[in-house]
Amino acid sequence: MADIVIDRVSKHFGDFHALQEVSLNVGDGEFVALLGPSGCGKTTLLRIIAGLETQSSGRIVIGGRDVSALSPRERGLAMVFQNYAVFPHMTVFENVAFGLRMKKVPDAEVKRQVERAAALLHIEPYLDRYPAKLSGGQRQRVAVARALAVQPAVLLMDEPLSNLDALLRLEMRTELKAVLREAGTTTIYVTHDQTEAMGLADRIAVMYGGKIDQIDTPLSVYAAPTTRFVGGFIGNPPMNFIKVKAESGTVRIGPVSFVAPAGGLDLDLGLRGEDAHLSGDGSGLPFDVRVVEPMGSHLLLTGSIEGQAARIVAPPTATVRAGERVGLTVDPSRLTWIDTSTGRALARPQDSTR
Amino acid sequence: MPTRANWIPYALIAPSVVFLGALFIVPLVQTIWLSFSSDDGTLLGNYARMAGDLNFSVAIRNTFMLTLVVVPLQVALAIGMALMISKVGKGRDLILWVFTIPLGISDLAAGLAWLAILQNSGYLNSALYGLGLIQGQTGWLSQETPVTLFIGIVLAEVWRATAIVLVIVIAGLQLIPKEFSEAAEIFGAKPWTRFCKITLPLLKPSLQSALILRTVLAFEVFAVVYALGGTNFPVLAGEAYNWQNINQNYGVAAAYAVLIMAISIAATVFYLRVLRVRPEQLP
Repeated sequence: MADIVIDRVSKHFGDFHALQEVSLNVGDGEFVALLGPSGCGKTTLLRIIAGLETQSSGRIVIGGRDVSALSPRERGLAMVFQNYAVFPHMTVFENVAFGLRMKKVPDAEVKRQVERAAALLHIEPYLDRYPAKLSGGQRQRVAVARALAVQPAVLLMDEPLSNLDALLRLEMRTELKAVLREAGTTTIYVTHDQTEAMGLADRIAVMYGGKIDQIDTPLSVYAAPTTRFVGGFIGNPPMNFIKVKAESGTVRIGPVSFVAPAGGLDLDLGLRGEDAHLSGDGSGLPFDVRVVEPMGSHLLLTGSIEGQAARIVAPPTATVRAGERVGLTVDPSRLTWIDTSTGRALARPQDSTR
Repeated sequence: MPTRANWIPYALIAPSVVFLGALFIVPLVQTIWLSFSSDDGTLLGNYARMAGDLNFSVAIRNTFMLTLVVVPLQVALAIGMALMISKVGKGRDLILWVFTIPLGISDLAAGLAWLAILQNSGYLNSALYGLGLIQGQTGWLSQETPVTLFIGIVLAEVWRATAIVLVIVIAGLQLIPKEFSEAAEIFGAKPWTRFCKITLPLLKPSLQSALILRTVLAFEVFAVVYALGGTNFPVLAGEAYNWQNINQNYGVAAAYAVLIMAISIAATVFYLRVLRVRPEQLP
């Protein structure tokens, strides 16, 4: 097993800076998701860790060994590709056995390892078949089994579930988590799907514009985003941002006032739709409801607070009609304060009620 | 869809079918007919005369030797060139363009270009003389120097027709997603192993097309040989030409033509069977 140290890695393609001094430590056996929109540099970072791409500067250290200049096969890792990259001219057995064959492992041991990996991913019935005869989900299982068969110290996954349909994706996600926890493999997982990252990862590195904006546990990334981007990217619906001004240490929205955080006068107040509750008596933040969407598990209310667009999640039994003005109560300790000029979060004020 | 438009596809391909029928199938049938209608009235008279000719076994040997040397050389070179080109970023199109220039030259012109290099007063001798490596004019293409004549013809053929294999192989390489090679690399395959275990098997359909095309054309080799070797290096197509135009014996010429066709078909069937890609192994 091995830990991974990514030390100030940069990558330029001509004038384009795909990665800007990215640093990230992944602990032994940890599962870290690289999450971000397309073009944020997450796949480039993964390919640099794999050795398929060369960094412009910086170091990659795996298990205490500087692998920056080594070829992929010398780095002792395995990878699952977005489009599976299962070899079409080999049987499933030979695909899963590929890494072991390359290490010249004796036949009996190859058979044992392949059967173990196949059992983990429930592909034993297909070992004699060619990949063209398999469904997308089955091919993805073959790709994962091929990676696990070599018992890698480090497993890299590049959007492994994005080519599957929604139902299969959910099933594979659950199974992947169970299998990888059992294997105890250090895993870096690239995805643009926040539910995948939240569900699978021990920690999430949210990437944007070639930088890591925030590295933290799924719950912290969700509850306490460190930048406006992270707040807006994670969560469904995304975090609401309401532009406010701090005056003598106070922020006033309608009849409600909050203690302003230190530093910055122009602020974005970040409010999760799930953290606002209908007050019942109309007190609290005034929210003008424009559209009500019953989603089954909840009501999605779209409207505005002080003329600024916001989405609020209400219980499914709430009786709210479009055009109505309702009051929202919020817990100040669950608010996020962003300095508008920097886009970065400010520390929450300690004593937050007034 | 309405059924009234059913005739349109047929109408659209009719001109090419008529064209091929008139200019390919009719002459083909006539040639086969001609090859079996001998002056002495026997069915195989022309073939007996062909096989009894002094040049026949020489032409067979020369044609097969040329094919067995030229085609593998061309395929190996083309794969090497294609793999190099696929690694090139900037200037790729320029290199490809230069590599394929010989495709634009007729085979007789190619033969004459190499004649200008290799003949007694050619560029090769001038260069060697200038370097002091030879004393005077040296013959490379005469009856007395069969080895250099053979090498000269091989060089000219390789120069002239490798590009068509190259084009097919490059197209084939582009069909192989780079993830296959990357996955193999991640799982520990060295470059040569990646080439043998991944690239080559996945390139099989393209290689099959290239081999069929080149082998069939190699058995028909004529103009380059004629320009460089004249009658010193008999080949099958050259013999057909001689019987037709010099001996004015169309029957034996037709027998040669049918023989070349039979060999070509046999080679094609061989490649189709040996390099068969089972449908379930396609990407």
